[in-house]
Amino acid sequence: MSLLEIENLSLDIGGTPILKDISLSIGRGEVMGLVGESGSGKSMTALAVMGLLPHAARARGSIMFDGIDLVAAPEAAMCRLRGDDLGMVFQEPMTALNPVKTIGEQVAEGIRWHTGANRADAETRARAMLHRVGLPEAQFPLTRYPHELSGGQRQRVVIAIACALKPKLLIADEPTTALDVVLQAQILKLLKSLVAEDGMSLLLISHDLAVVADMAERITIMRHGEVMEAGNTKQTLSQRAHPYTRQLAEASTHVPHRPQSPGQSKPAPLLQVKEVVRDYPVRARRLFTRPAPFRAVDHVSFELPAGRSMALVGRSGCGKSTLARMILALDRPTAGSIRFQGEALEDKSEDALRPHRRNMQVVFQDPYGSFNPRHKVERLVAEPLHLLDRRPSPAERRESVAEALSQVGLSPADMEKYPHEFSGGQRQRISIARAIITRPKLIVADEPVSALDVSIRAQVLDLFADLNARLGVAYLFITHDLTVARAITDEVMVMHDGRIVERGPTARVLHHPETVPARALIDAAPDLERALQRQGAA
Amino acid sequence: MIPYLAKRLLTGLLTLLAASIIVFSVLEVLPGDPARIMLGMNASPEALAALRMEMGIDQPVLARYLDWVAGLATGDFGRSYTYSTPVIDLIAERVAVSLPLALLALALSTLIALPVGVYAASRRGTLSDTLTMGLAQVGVAIPNFWFAMLLVYVFAVGLRLVPAGGFPGWDQGILQGLAALLLPAVSLALPQAAILARVTRSAMLEVLGEDYIRTARAKGLPRRAVLWRHALRNALIPVLTIMGLQFAFLLAGTIIIENVFYLPGLGRLVFQAISQRDLIVVEGVVMLLVATVIAVNMLVDVCYAIADPRLRTAR
Amino acid sequence: MSLDPVFIAGPERHILRQALSNRSFLIGLAIVALVAAMAIVSFVWTPHDITRLQVSDRMQGLSLAYPFGTDHLGRDILSMIMIGARNSIAVAILAVGIGIGLGVPLGCWAAARGGWLDEAVMRVNDLVFAFPALLSAVMITAIFGPSAINAIIAIGIFNVPVFARVARAGALAIWPREYVLAARASGKGRFLITVEHILPNIASVLLVQGTIQFALGILAEAGLSYLGLGAQPPMPSWGRMLFDAQTRMVVAPHLALFPGLAIVVTVLGLNLLGDGLRDVLDPRVRRQR
Repeated sequence: MSLLEIENLSLDIGGTPILKDISLSIGRGEVMGLVGESGSGKSMTALAVMGLLPHAARARGSIMFDGIDLVAAPEAAMCRLRGDDLGMVFQEPMTALNPVKTIGEQVAEGIRWHTGANRADAETRARAMLHRVGLPEAQFPLTRYPHELSGGQRQRVVIAIACALKPKLLIADEPTTALDVVLQAQILKLLKSLVAEDGMSLLLISHDLAVVADMAERITIMRHGEVMEAGNTKQTLSQRAHPYTRQLAEASTHVPHRPQSPGQSKPAPLLQVKEVVRDYPVRARRLFTRPAPFRAVDHVSFELPAGRSMALVGRSGCGKSTLARMILALDRPTAGSIRFQGEALEDKSEDALRPHRRNMQVVFQDPYGSFNPRHKVERLVAEPLHLLDRRPSPAERRESVAEALSQVGLSPADMEKYPHEFSGGQRQRISIARAIITRPKLIVADEPVSALDVSIRAQVLDLFADLNARLGVAYLFITHDLTVARAITDEVMVMHDGRIVERGPTARVLHHPETVPARALIDAAPDLERALQRQGAA
Repeated sequence: MIPYLAKRLLTGLLTLLAASIIVFSVLEVLPGDPARIMLGMNASPEALAALRMEMGIDQPVLARYLDWVAGLATGDFGRSYTYSTPVIDLIAERVAVSLPLALLALALSTLIALPVGVYAASRRGTLSDTLTMGLAQVGVAIPNFWFAMLLVYVFAVGLRLVPAGGFPGWDQGILQGLAALLLPAVSLALPQAAILARVTRSAMLEVLGEDYIRTARAKGLPRRAVLWRHALRNALIPVLTIMGLQFAFLLAGTIIIENVFYLPGLGRLVFQAISQRDLIVVEGVVMLLVATVIAVNMLVDVCYAIADPRLRTAR
Repeated sequence: MSLDPVFIAGPERHILRQALSNRSFLIGLAIVALVAAMAIVSFVWTPHDITRLQVSDRMQGLSLAYPFGTDHLGRDILSMIMIGARNSIAVAILAVGIGIGLGVPLGCWAAARGGWLDEAVMRVNDLVFAFPALLSAVMITAIFGPSAINAIIAIGIFNVPVFARVARAGALAIWPREYVLAARASGKGRFLITVEHILPNIASVLLVQGTIQFALGILAEAGLSYLGLGAQPPMPSWGRMLFDAQTRMVVAPHLALFPGLAIVVTVLGLNLLGDGLRDVLDPRVRRQR
């Protein structure tokens, strides 16, 4: 008999249907992957099991857990189950811990609450649990506060809280989405071993097919609040019987078609970065000693030829975004020089930078945060026209905007709309339209697709590849995601602790990494094909 | 924590210094000759000159400023022009009324507001939430001196439960003194309590929406435990800020309230001193109040550091 | 108060619709409109002429001729409240104007430049906050003479750091947004970015703060005129009416009742309006409800 049996679960929040007749079952000791894009209802399914739905939510159907119907269970009964037989790990480790309580208190609290253990006993158990999740007391005493830990360490604390009482079912809702690939691999490994050792069942929720393929024996695919397909992971993902499954799987391994880069003849360098250093002052912790500055970028040098596409990959905090800002002249280097089209940028005034800014534009990660919500698309896309020496007439302006919009596959009529009227993928197209309106030679793209769902991501990558071929614009892609680098770049640079540790043609670096940081990144990156092969071998 | 507090102490002292310059120069530009105020209109020129010399008014501005600041630092606030007694004695006598009044009001407003705010937040959207917050909304709008007049009319004039005004002095017995301060304290406290209750409620609601509250619920803690163990301490930080600001407001509010109840406090002292052009008293009282506000703000900063461990290591 | 065009254009069209279904907003707006209408009507018509003292009618209770009674000089209380509203509204509006006019540019400037300038502006703010506002207002009006103008200046000065702080905090939250970075990458300077991107996005918090300070201004003006430091007789003001009523409360409590209620209702209306605006404009609060 299965441990969790969800039957015909429907849910609406304030009248809006969120889930429609969901059925799902998890056996004892089984790992079930729940996959879907944003808005598919996968998180709400998890919250329904935990009984932590928002106030206005109404659930129908049944959720049988170990013989108890959780939909009908009173709050007191749910409190007894939560944290004891049911544990949950959340997506955002930076905010999931109470900032004013020590990690020891937070792990021990659930133990004391459920077992009635005294403070000392609960602390002993908390200590052992923190040790199991990789936070041994010698380096991480119980008296640490959350803000003294990194994101990955905090997620370990959240896992310790969830697993402290060996729950029968652990629910992990996108547990690694906020972490970089190396941390993701570590946390997934930790979850796998905890589940195996304690015989827990795991409901792993993710948007990433590769992650689920690596972890789960069975998989359920959701879309718009409905279950599309469910079954054995390997079978489901290799046969791809359901059209949506096929669409998802193809999108997540999608490689845009790119014409071969023009021969081996090396074009003139567009961007030359030489020995660039960026230091940040560190706040004094003691009264009279000034601490050494933090070096975010450490003697970085490279060249980007015109028309080429290059990826700058690295773990979070490796300095890649700082480097990007200096290239965009939004931040100044502490030392070194950045030359664009042969001219140094680092000592130019804002006025003198104008001709260069025209040739160098930017696309950001967050399609929601990169537009002023109060401006219409026309004004948003036209913003860089400010850089032209001659102010265009309103008619010319509209014409340029219309052209840029059609370049990115939107209709010129869209210029009358506001950004909130577009979906995430369309907004990213608008940002690209804004970036190409001045016909730049270089676009710096900072994680341009990592906030997008896989199917949308594939389309936006196609657009980038297409613009590179048609307009000859060079790209610098800042990313932690190797699939992006693989898809649309000629060259890859790997950055680690402020330095560039490896550089070479994309295929060579991704298949035969030479340095330890590069290998760590590549080994940790989830890969659907590899995962399916491993599933077959197991 | 030490650098954090050291920095706060330093900025506090600098603020106090800047405040002393402002107070001194504002009162410096005022018309009116203190010597003439003290001796009256018929004084002889010789007597005036002699008094000016004795008071040091003929000295250059900078020398007088330094002299005054040095005096403040050593507790010598000068002599009042009109009462001809040391200012420090006048202040000491009046502080004995104003300080208990402000503290009583602060205690009352906190004791009322915190439980009400937490209660309303925990029952968000229910009838009792709507009613208490509606009441608080009205409370915020009531001018404290009008409220004081109504209280006097009902409890002193109508029911004759407490005196309508005046202060018997602490030597008449502590109970007598407290009875005289009760209505003034209530009229100061209730509008402030209404503000504080609203702040407490919205701070609690904000915290209750945080991710770590969900983590605590996922541990199996029932709502009530989550409210008291996890939410309250986090919500206390904005509440403390408002309490710090309110203390300054209460101190100033005593000026009006002391006028309603004819209480011999600092507010009435400074009010009378201003109208009599007794500048040295005004300077002394204002500096004392400013120093109190700065000290309270520093105390609030210390409380922040106790409530929020992030401040102890960061910054 | 009229709505800034920013709030009616485009994406805010639905906000207007939301505002019209928000209870606090509507009640607040109705009260504020009523008080404003009362003040405006008083320029052309009041039930009685308050410059003609009618000693024979002094301290009358409520009647058809005098709905709120008469004061110790036989003047109609309702007429005085209507004219007093002019004074309260004018003082509060101008004081808020001073606060916004000086505070918002200061706060935006501090946020745009950062560094020592930011630090300096904030320290000066702290300095002003260290002076209990009412005490300083008493000082200022006492020194420069009691008048409505000096009351406006005294209240206005203490609005400056409030708006500077709110504007700075709002601006600091907008500056790191990606659309500001994109504008910088388009070569736009600090001033242009502040005008095009920062101000429209902090306008809603400023508007909400404006209604709060407006309400506090009405209370402060009442306090100052109660102490005899606001508008001078014969110009009626709500605070002064309460002062005159205080000694006569035993015989004529209605003298104190109606001016006090006028203050409470006006301030309540403004606060409700502010709450309503906050609900409608602040997406964070909107999500919570």
